[in-house]
Amino acid sequence: MAVKVIIPTPLRVYAAKKDSAEVSARTVGEALGGLTAQFAELRKHLFTDDGKLRSFVNVYLNDEDIRYMAKEATPVKDGDVVSIVPSIAGGCCSLILGVTTRKF
Amino acid sequence: MAEDHQLWISQELAEGIRRHGAETFPYECCGAMLGRDLDELTESRREVLGLFPLVNRRDDSPRNRFAVTAEDVRDAEKAAREHGLEVVGWYHSHPDHPARPSEFDREHAWPWYSYVIVSVMSGTPADMTSWRLNDDRQAYRPESIEIGNRTLA
Repeated sequence: MAVKVIIPTPLRVYAAKKDSAEVSARTVGEALGGLTAQFAELRKHLFTDDGKLRSFVNVYLNDEDIRYMAKEATPVKDGDVVSIVPSIAGGCCSLILGVTTRKF
Repeated sequence: MAEDHQLWISQELAEGIRRHGAETFPYECCGAMLGRDLDELTESRREVLGLFPLVNRRDDSPRNRFAVTAEDVRDAEKAAREHGLEVVGWYHSHPDHPARPSEFDREHAWPWYSYVIVSVMSGTPADMTSWRLNDDRQAYRPESIEIGNRTLA
């Protein structure tokens, strides 16, 4: 199936500045694989070392979050649009919880 | 990416970031920075022309964590487009902590974006720094901030 993958702004520098790519795929997972086959440097920003989608990488098939579908196994059809949308997270530190000691 | 990155921001917008950090203390604040790259080739010079303050979605742990949902990102991008700009980065505060990115920041960062961190010590904004994630994701590169006097033309 011919599918378009929308590339988010922060990753376009690794995709020859393109905002989308056309791939042939049967599932969302294959579409993402097709994208990283074209632009290998994208892979480490999308996937962990063990091949899982990073938690802050959100993927939509047309307008639906794949988490509510079959995730990367979600089938695609001709003309579908797979969008990669960032979420942003961070934080200063780990909280140190107070420890209460009891004297016996 | 180029070796030296520069971020220009007006005094007013810099104060806007500081003020947001002070208002949300002791919790982390967060928001989008809207602007543009001045040098399309190297993307080394960037200016912030607007802010899009957001609600920290980590209401489970707002003292030390922040989160911006995909929907928030889309809203920020829409606002940027309406003004002929793009989202060039994100700011957040570190309550009672230095304005340096944490390991958690690094693990969750995206490349290309500028990440501005403002330290808020006992409710008072202090240092403000900016960072960009390296291509290999292993570290950040500091980005110099030029506040007020526009020298990036």
